[in-house]
Amino acid sequence: MITCLGDALFPDVGVATVKLLRRLGVGVDFPESQTCCGQPHFNSGFHHDARALAKHTIHAFAKSPLVVTPSGSCAAMVKLEYPELFHHDPVWHGRAEDLARRTHELSDFLVNVLGKVDVGARYPARATYHMACHLRGLGITTEPLRLLENVAGLELVPLERHDECCGFGGSFAVRYPAISGAMVNDKAGFVEKTGAEVVVATDAGCLMNIGGCLRRRGGKVRIMHLAEVLAQQ
Amino acid sequence: MNYAQHEHHDFLGASNQALADPPLQAALTRLTDTLMAGNRKGYAALADSSALRDHAKRIKEHTLAHLDRYLEQLEASVQKLGGRVHWAATADDARRIIVTIAQQAGCQNAVKSKSMTSEEIHLNGALEKAGVRVTETDFGEFIIQLAGERPSHLVAPAVHHTRESVARVLSQHLGQPLPDDPKSLALAGRRVLREEFRRADLGISGVNFAVAETGSIVLITNEGNGRLTTTCPRVHVALMGIEKVIPRMRDLPVFLKLLARGATGQTLSVYTTMITGPKRPGEQDGPDEFHLVILDNGRSRVLATPFRESLQCIRCGACLNACPVYRRIGGHAYGGVYSGPIGSILTPLYDSVTLNPHLPHASSLCGACQAACPVKINIPHMLIGLRALQHQHGQGGHGGRHRGRWESWAYRLWSVVLRRPWLYRLALRGARLALRRWDQDGWLTRLPGPGASWTALRDFPAPAALSFRQRWKKDLE
Repeated sequence: MITCLGDALFPDVGVATVKLLRRLGVGVDFPESQTCCGQPHFNSGFHHDARALAKHTIHAFAKSPLVVTPSGSCAAMVKLEYPELFHHDPVWHGRAEDLARRTHELSDFLVNVLGKVDVGARYPARATYHMACHLRGLGITTEPLRLLENVAGLELVPLERHDECCGFGGSFAVRYPAISGAMVNDKAGFVEKTGAEVVVATDAGCLMNIGGCLRRRGGKVRIMHLAEVLAQQ
Repeated sequence: MNYAQHEHHDFLGASNQALADPPLQAALTRLTDTLMAGNRKGYAALADSSALRDHAKRIKEHTLAHLDRYLEQLEASVQKLGGRVHWAATADDARRIIVTIAQQAGCQNAVKSKSMTSEEIHLNGALEKAGVRVTETDFGEFIIQLAGERPSHLVAPAVHHTRESVARVLSQHLGQPLPDDPKSLALAGRRVLREEFRRADLGISGVNFAVAETGSIVLITNEGNGRLTTTCPRVHVALMGIEKVIPRMRDLPVFLKLLARGATGQTLSVYTTMITGPKRPGEQDGPDEFHLVILDNGRSRVLATPFRESLQCIRCGACLNACPVYRRIGGHAYGGVYSGPIGSILTPLYDSVTLNPHLPHASSLCGACQAACPVKINIPHMLIGLRALQHQHGQGGHGGRHRGRWESWAYRLWSVVLRRPWLYRLALRGARLALRRWDQDGWLTRLPGPGASWTALRDFPAPAALSFRQRWKKDLE
């Protein structure tokens, strides 16, 4: 599942995900009718629209035995909110639960389904890791770090308040630029303080926010998605 | 005019003011960092904190499902002990009941231990108007009472003050200059408050837990002022919301284990006080009269809605400390008595959804609040629920009805596009072309419309020349 932000803004992440999964012997397909999981609508309180998009997505993945997405945010939407959205609907609730069971965030899939913490990646760089908020909701707190620790050549430096929100929050960033800006500037400051060349995260939302702020501050730190690091050899 | 005194105020103005206040920023960071480190350490020290928190949540769920029964049991238990129980449907009723108790008993000087519920009903003003002097005896509450402000944190009400500003407020009250070291200030406060305890004939407290089975009320404090408030004066009035009842004494330790740990990381607060009725014949300490005021003030209405879970809150403040938004704007920016993530739910629910348009939106939905909450309240879900409720009222996030309608059309249109992959591809291509002129090495430094508030502070990634789906078709399929 490569949803809207990944498709339009960070296509490299999707490409890296496909390459990584294929390298690990997983057959990959991309159902082209998929677009957006509906989380922006759900979070903004437009549940009717979110339900329509959820149906669209459930339909798009009806034939996929397992669904992997390089986004904690889309995974959380599908796994935690879809069943909730249809809890009064006996037909769609079952379908939503079924997709929720089949869907995995990338690091969750690698570590807990494939049972791999070493994916054979090599990337010589000094990197730090920001934990995306939706991983907290999914209970995925250690998986990305364990994967990064096993990347050959990667020097992982700890990030102060690594699990504090970067201030993205979808429409929040646009509605409350001053608060969101204070949050992301603090985050960028902590990232710069580590002396890392690369900041790694698992979600497009965090990457565009932290990356956009780092760039505006004129720093040299690059942003990378976990999949992009793990695909390196 | 101090914004702390206003209820329906300018959220954006107040939060900008807080962001531009370096001493406040430093104080918020210091306090929330310390308390959050405590929260994490506190939970980690328990054998299985997650299971215990689930257990606490189930006790609250059960109690709320049988609230009528447990409240009546509590009433009977308190009456059997010789206490009096008063039911207050509204804040106005509660104020009138407490003023009447004071007048009938001829009380003139009241001391109060910290109670957010009494802040909720604006009790102090009503008592003062009836000629009863009121002194807050929690040191932080005392300072903000002198300064004419409102609490800005559930458990650390004067977090927005520094030792310099405390020294200023206290010096002015005493009419003599005080040094600004914490020890001198605490000693000066203690001297003043001891005198107030000696003089008081009415003690007013909140209630952390009320045990239906025994009629006991439980107070949790760190300064010991709760104990003096409830034992020195001859009349004690305890004020509780209907959700504070728990069924049995054996349920109490579950919450005692979690409340202090969640709030500060302490194993237990310094004082855990259990009060079971007024002074009995032959006893030396305690009040002659014990009154329990049980307040509804909109709670039973919320009980019947999907927001019922908010009634499980035990007011520990953990969600405030965990919240990256609270940590930056402080409590006063929220406008209501309750602040932070839980305040963003309680204020719209109890006050007005339409008059507090910002609160449900002023959250990145990061979930740190739920992770810190001793009873795992799903605060993000309720904030989203309130956003949906705003749409039902025909109101957008802020900016009134017009913006609300515009927004709901935009989301509707967007969802229509997203359900038609060919239209989505076309829209993506259109956006790419339209934004191309601002593209600098793959980043946009300016965006039109609402996007401008993004690019005011940071760059935005430009849509890629080839989307993932194009590259899938080209190279990967």
